[in-house]
Amino acid sequence: MAQTTSPATEATAPGEGVGADGIDGPDGTGKGGRTPSDSASGGETDVVGLGKWRASAFVAPALILVSIFLVFPALWTIYIGITNYRLTGIAARAPEFVGFDNYVRAVGDADFLNSLYLTLIFVLFSAVIGQNVLGFGLAWRLQNVQGWVRGLVQSLVLLAWILPSSIVAFLWIALLDRDSGTLNALLGTPGLAWLIEYPMVSIIVFNIWRGTAFSMLLYSAALASVPPSQLETATLVGASRWQTLRDIVFPHVRGHVLTNTLLISLWTFNDFTPFLITAGGPNDRTEILPVYIYNTAISGGQMGYGAAVSLIMLLINLIIALFYIRLLRERK
Amino acid sequence: MAQIDLVNLSKVYPGDVRAVDDLTLTIPDGEFFALLGPSGCGKTTLLRTIAGLEEATSGSVRIGDRDVTRLPPGKRELAMVFQDYALFPHMTVVDNISYPLKIKGLAKEDRLDRAVKAGDELSLDGLMERRPSELSGGQQQRVALARAIATHPQVFLFDEPLSNLDARLRLEARTFLKRLQRDLGVTTVFVTHDQAEALAMADRMAVMQSGRIRQVGTAREVFQHPVNTFVANFIGSTPMNLLDASVRGDALDVAGQRVDLPEDVRRHVTDGQEVVVGVRPEYLTVSSSAVDGGLQGVVAIVENLGTAALVTLEADDLSVAVTVPDGEEPPIGADAWVTPVPGRVLIYRREDGELVDAPVAAAVG
Amino acid sequence: MSPREMVGRIGFYTLVALATAFFALPMLWLVSTPFDAQPGLALAIPDPTLGNFSELLDNRYALGSLLNSILLAVGTALLVVAFAATAAYSLSRVRIPGRDVLLYLLLLLSSIVTGTAAMVPIFLLMFELGLIDSRVGVVLVLSGGLLPAAIFILKDFMDSVPKSYEESARVFGASSFQILKDVVVPVIRPGLSTISVWTIVNVWGNFLVPFILLRDADKQPAAVLMRTFYTEGGSPNLELISTFSLLFSVPVIVMYLFVNRKYGFRFYGGIKS
Repeated sequence: MAQTTSPATEATAPGEGVGADGIDGPDGTGKGGRTPSDSASGGETDVVGLGKWRASAFVAPALILVSIFLVFPALWTIYIGITNYRLTGIAARAPEFVGFDNYVRAVGDADFLNSLYLTLIFVLFSAVIGQNVLGFGLAWRLQNVQGWVRGLVQSLVLLAWILPSSIVAFLWIALLDRDSGTLNALLGTPGLAWLIEYPMVSIIVFNIWRGTAFSMLLYSAALASVPPSQLETATLVGASRWQTLRDIVFPHVRGHVLTNTLLISLWTFNDFTPFLITAGGPNDRTEILPVYIYNTAISGGQMGYGAAVSLIMLLINLIIALFYIRLLRERK
Repeated sequence: MAQIDLVNLSKVYPGDVRAVDDLTLTIPDGEFFALLGPSGCGKTTLLRTIAGLEEATSGSVRIGDRDVTRLPPGKRELAMVFQDYALFPHMTVVDNISYPLKIKGLAKEDRLDRAVKAGDELSLDGLMERRPSELSGGQQQRVALARAIATHPQVFLFDEPLSNLDARLRLEARTFLKRLQRDLGVTTVFVTHDQAEALAMADRMAVMQSGRIRQVGTAREVFQHPVNTFVANFIGSTPMNLLDASVRGDALDVAGQRVDLPEDVRRHVTDGQEVVVGVRPEYLTVSSSAVDGGLQGVVAIVENLGTAALVTLEADDLSVAVTVPDGEEPPIGADAWVTPVPGRVLIYRREDGELVDAPVAAAVG
Repeated sequence: MSPREMVGRIGFYTLVALATAFFALPMLWLVSTPFDAQPGLALAIPDPTLGNFSELLDNRYALGSLLNSILLAVGTALLVVAFAATAAYSLSRVRIPGRDVLLYLLLLLSSIVTGTAAMVPIFLLMFELGLIDSRVGVVLVLSGGLLPAAIFILKDFMDSVPKSYEESARVFGASSFQILKDVVVPVIRPGLSTISVWTIVNVWGNFLVPFILLRDADKQPAAVLMRTFYTEGGSPNLELISTFSLLFSVPVIVMYLFVNRKYGFRFYGGIKS
């Protein structure tokens, strides 16, 4: 019932209040503190007395906005993708049907296939491996640390996450600069143009830096939910730190690992920020799918072809999202 | 002040779930009445239907001389205290108490007057400017009560009023609530799943199961004379002994032993009838020497209850619990004989669980 | 302390130090350079000055773009909070036919229809509607994108608020409007402020949507305008970029501190999606 894409609730409220399905609600369970779920009666009662019509009117404005600016564009993509829609020229005035030409072209287009391949590498190394491992590592190492060390590390990680992308992009451009970048100064590699020599590595490391916060937050919450009694039992029987991690902690957070991996993959897959650092270059060597779409459709004006590629992207998103939602339902 | 009449009241949820099933009940003016039953028996739904928070599917609710069945809750002239007290977290105590009066359109000074008065009655002076989150559980409960009292309702409804208090406070609150209700004299209905609470506080109570009332009566009536095995089982802090037996002439066969059949029920049973014998542990005496017509068993467990002990005997495959005064416990493993206090044995029909002198009716599931 | 523990301790602090360095290194530039009289790309101990900030006034668009960012963020936040609150309340309290399907679709849509995947149709839609170069257009697109998640977060919040508050008010005879005004809105205020902060932070940092929809530098928000801060020679105007970045990031940091202090950040892990 209560699910959300929002990491907010996901990170912290696993297994939201199990509403009393019985007729009498809290009877017999109400011995403890406040019962937060509801005061009685299975299902919802329209307490305020809105009625179905007024309630629908309450939902309508949001739905209209979402329909026009979210649902319609998604559906429209299908149509645009089978035309030769262009921003300028003859096709701009009267777009023609071209059937599956755009898709056929995409499948045979070396640029598109290259872009797809780069995206896969980007998602795999920066999100699935990078953010996941670093996020878990930080959460695990910091969980029993109190005081300023924990506060400092967490604040820095979070700051990297919440600063506007335009700023962080420039910070990384400065850091990686060939002539006066701080990284070259530190490593003693003057004149090394990271963004030209190792562009993919650069944006992968950048994205790990940028996005680890979410994984760290989610895993911190997950680790906090491991019952202390089980950890103490492990200590009592003399398990090593590694054995504890493997046998006690991991089974508890396994579900979270999957959830986290799906979410950060989805976000990384849709991330446009690398554009701000490399704009796809040099020579398309960092032209991940979002950048490819921008360059061909918005910049290049090939709307029909861009839409076809967008639809492929939407379908990949759909697959990841369906997995994610199924996972949420199973956990209920 | 008003009497409450419920006539053929039903509340049916989608899927034919009968939360309240054709229920008729009268609660006289000024009575402190408990709705008691296990989880899911429909007691809370019944309370909410009286309040108007649930709409009755059929039947009627009358408060005083008004039929309120179709009236919204606000027009029923009642006040309800919720299980979680529902104190508005963003209002101070005094604002919480006077909010209903504001809704009713009272002038500001009158509201404040009445709120302060109600607060004083419940010793809330000094807390009036606090937020609910700054109060203890007991204080929160008193604010909720003050808010209810200040509206001068015809009827009070309490939903599990003590369940959010810790054990010690609960005992104090029992006494406090009972005195408050007596002083105000307002007809009060409260819901509880705790039989001890109902016995201690209520003038009368209805024991409910599956949306129906299984027995209505005073604490003494339902404790001493439960009319069916459901009520017998539910009431009492130590469960009643319910032993399968069969009638053999003018005696009973319990666990293969011949036990006296009380004379007053003999005419209600027939030879060979399968029955259930019900006796409370408090109404049994135990003896370490053989007693004619008593039930013999072996002492298996002794549990200390403070001023008394609960002794469990085993006879064949039956267990019988007996309370004995402190210091008179028989040794474990010893033979013992139990006999009932005269007039305290209840005989139920095996087939429907009703007392043998009750008219035969279909059992309730 | 045994030698083994000693090694563990040292290892732990090395690790912490490395992580700290990794995350802090790029950000140090942001705090030192704005105050450096000779700003460069390299990290340097600043030669203190506040002179760089005068660049903000010299650039014709700089301060205006921050105002644009505020307009977009506040406009979107108002729209999202108002619409999400009414929708979430209804969906939480009233069984509207088809509700569960609706919630499921919203959840699905909000995860798959991202600005990146839908930039082509969104650009075309706004083009056809004549809303290119319109700040209102940007607000509408951003609201449409953020609303599903906002509805979800608020509905979750609403579901966790006991109904007894409203029931209690109703037993006292309060009208629908009175219950909403006196009880519901004050009780869910923390949820509303969360959504506001969440929306503002999201819009504040958003680059892509205003980037493709706003061409006129007078209307562009800070996130987009920053890309034009280059000198005529083509090298970055570091005085301007550094001071502007600092100014641009302050609201986000303030909001982070606010949320962290008031609620603890953990719960608001989803402040950015």
